Amino acid sequence: MDFDLTADQKLFRSTTREFLEKEMPLTRVRELGERGVGFEPDWWRRGSELGWNSLVADASAGGDSISGEGLVDACIVAEEMGRLVSPGPLAGTNVVLAALSEAANADAHAEVIGALMAGEATASWAVYEPQQGFAPLEPGVRAEPDGSGYVLSGGKDRVDSGDQADFFLVTAAGPDGVVQLLVPAAASGVTVTPEPSLDLVRRYARVDLDGVRVPADGVVVPADSAAAAISRQVQVAVALQSAETVGALGRVFEFTVQWAFDRYSFGRPLASYQALKHRFADMKTWLEACTATASGAAHAASAQAPDADELASVAKSYLGARATDIIQDCVQMHGGIGVTWEHDIHLYLRRATVNRVMFGTPSEHRRRLADILGVRQGEQ
Amino acid sequence: MPDQINTVQEIEDVESFRLRAREWLAGNMPRLAPGDPGTLEGGITDDRWPRARELQRLLWEGGFAGICYPREYGGLGLPIEYQRAFNEECAGYEMPLVLNTPTFSICAPVVLDMGNEEQKLQHLPAVIRGDEVMVQFLSEPRGGSDLAGLTTRATRDGDVFILNGAKIWSSGAYAADWALCLARTDWEAPKHRGLTMFLLKVHQPGVEIKRIKQVDGNNEFCQEFFDDVVVPMANVVGEVNGGWAVASRQLFHERNAVGGGSPYVSGGGGPPRRAPRTGTLVDMARATGQADDPRVRELVAEAHTIARVQRQLISRVSDGMRTGQLPPPAANIMRLFGGESVSRQAEIGVEIMGPNVAASDDPQMVGYGTSYLMRQGGSLGGGSTEMARNAISERVLGMPREYAADRDVPFSQVRQGR
Repeated sequence: MDFDLTADQKLFRSTTREFLEKEMPLTRVRELGERGVGFEPDWWRRGSELGWNSLVADASAGGDSISGEGLVDACIVAEEMGRLVSPGPLAGTNVVLAALSEAANADAHAEVIGALMAGEATASWAVYEPQQGFAPLEPGVRAEPDGSGYVLSGGKDRVDSGDQADFFLVTAAGPDGVVQLLVPAAASGVTVTPEPSLDLVRRYARVDLDGVRVPADGVVVPADSAAAAISRQVQVAVALQSAETVGALGRVFEFTVQWAFDRYSFGRPLASYQALKHRFADMKTWLEACTATASGAAHAASAQAPDADELASVAKSYLGARATDIIQDCVQMHGGIGVTWEHDIHLYLRRATVNRVMFGTPSEHRRRLADILGVRQGEQ
Repeated sequence: MPDQINTVQEIEDVESFRLRAREWLAGNMPRLAPGDPGTLEGGITDDRWPRARELQRLLWEGGFAGICYPREYGGLGLPIEYQRAFNEECAGYEMPLVLNTPTFSICAPVVLDMGNEEQKLQHLPAVIRGDEVMVQFLSEPRGGSDLAGLTTRATRDGDVFILNGAKIWSSGAYAADWALCLARTDWEAPKHRGLTMFLLKVHQPGVEIKRIKQVDGNNEFCQEFFDDVVVPMANVVGEVNGGWAVASRQLFHERNAVGGGSPYVSGGGGPPRRAPRTGTLVDMARATGQADDPRVRELVAEAHTIARVQRQLISRVSDGMRTGQLPPPAANIMRLFGGESVSRQAEIGVEIMGPNVAASDDPQMVGYGTSYLMRQGGSLGGGSTEMARNAISERVLGMPREYAADRDVPFSQVRQGR
């Protein structure tokens, strides 16, 4: 994603790429999709051994970055996964890892953190609710005090890898404000129902919570700090999601440029027609802009910079829609083959479309950005 | 320039440079009047030029001029991070912004890259002191995009050349001292191989300058007519008939400057913008009672997003070119994005301000209507975005070149329009 990766980052990238190309080529992705499987736990565990899930967690909880910017390092994984539209709950697991390891009671979560980093367990960020937009600070799920813990009731949906996750970070409304609780999938009262999903292997589920008891230790974010904690989670989620989109986009652009050189019409390659060359020039420009803004969001979030919230929404509002525009243009460049099941481009379009709308649509992020900019009267 | 720089530079890091600049600016540079953004928006008036020379002199005396220029030619020889830090510190001060483009970001870098030692010593310290303003004499009335097809003639006569012809779209020529002028010196060679670049004294016998009034009333652009203008041999930049190599370098610096990636732009601000900034849009949204309208809020955010992404893109493409991972023509990526951004942002301005751009008690609102009329200037000046798209597809992506009827044909046999 960046032009100035360190030697260690480059090594990490090539190790990850080799592993993915060997263990999870597109043929395997299609096979998993046909079997209705999201990811294979053993594959996820072996990927984790490469360090995929050890980068974002706070150092005090055992996290260990490659470059000093752990989230930027994790974005290298996300970008490589985008290049091969890989399965696996990278964003969800790492958002939850960041939340747990940065929590005031991080020690209480040491065991879960260890299992997530080792890839022995996965977690999902349960922020959406049925029929609702992206409004993580306005949950409908209720958290009623119960001794020193809570009892949860309500439902989440569009939960990434919900039918395979071991833990959910659930955002809920308590009597004193919004709280976030760690709920094991196996807890009594949790019902998970898979939802039809657009991506072949990134599958979502509805998670119903019927009187689920969460002990005091399960409180990750108490009522007084939910807004800041959730902003931070949005930064991490958007950074990883954007890097993945950029990876997908880069790969689609590569094979579409190659196609323009290889495909001949009227005795000359597509790449020789100015009408098409100019579209490729636009796409190249947008691709570099998408990459630049994804990188900007990742660095800002990694450093917890003052403009990290702003740059997350800038990235999402720009590349969210631009990426799908580029891929649709690439479909057009391919002609009819581009809208067949046989051609791989739809795998990429699925992933980019899912990434466009999840964790806030470009439109939702523009409205969020307007709030950050203080457009409303009296907000200055 | 004070001697202390020579010793300070060995040990000074960016942050101490920044602090020293902050302190010096506070003590020496004039502050902008309240409400004056200090940008070149709204056009350049003639009195900007003598004032800019004074301000540049002040910067030079303070040891903050020519930050990225080599020390042997009067600069500070520092990396771009120092220039960026300085630019950030300049907010709120009156700066010689008219000198940025083309003098500092296009012409002087060409002298630095392609000139001989005498030319560098003659021009660069003078530019950095504020004593010399430069201008580009490239485009001609006969056509803009086909630069190498130019027909201004320079004929060798002993140890001088005699120049005849016309140039156009030279910004600020009336206020400039020296021009980089590209002319044809061999009519029997194919078009790129018969050109020579000259350093031309702007105000001299045989040079007539006319100013061109644009749609927004600005008259910075000029047209020049040459009638037997004498240019000494010593003023040839690079080789005789090797002018295309110099011009290519010049175009690179121009794309970089227009796209916002030049390390030589000082005091913030690139070329004049034709689109309202985020702060202005926020003010306009409020002034027109639309600050709570979700549609308007999204438009403001979109304009802001474009501006932030543009900065991120400039930084990325500059890094890519610096490290050799993108070829120099990638500067066209910044240029294309810049042109398209101006269009969209100007459009957003009109969408938010609505009928106020047509008539309003607030002259600023109508002013944005006027800048909207100049919207396409951002996709024309500095080379059209169509040429940028050609360059990106052909020289970044490696796609086949467009057919050219004049390729490898002696220029004298190339068909010309009327």
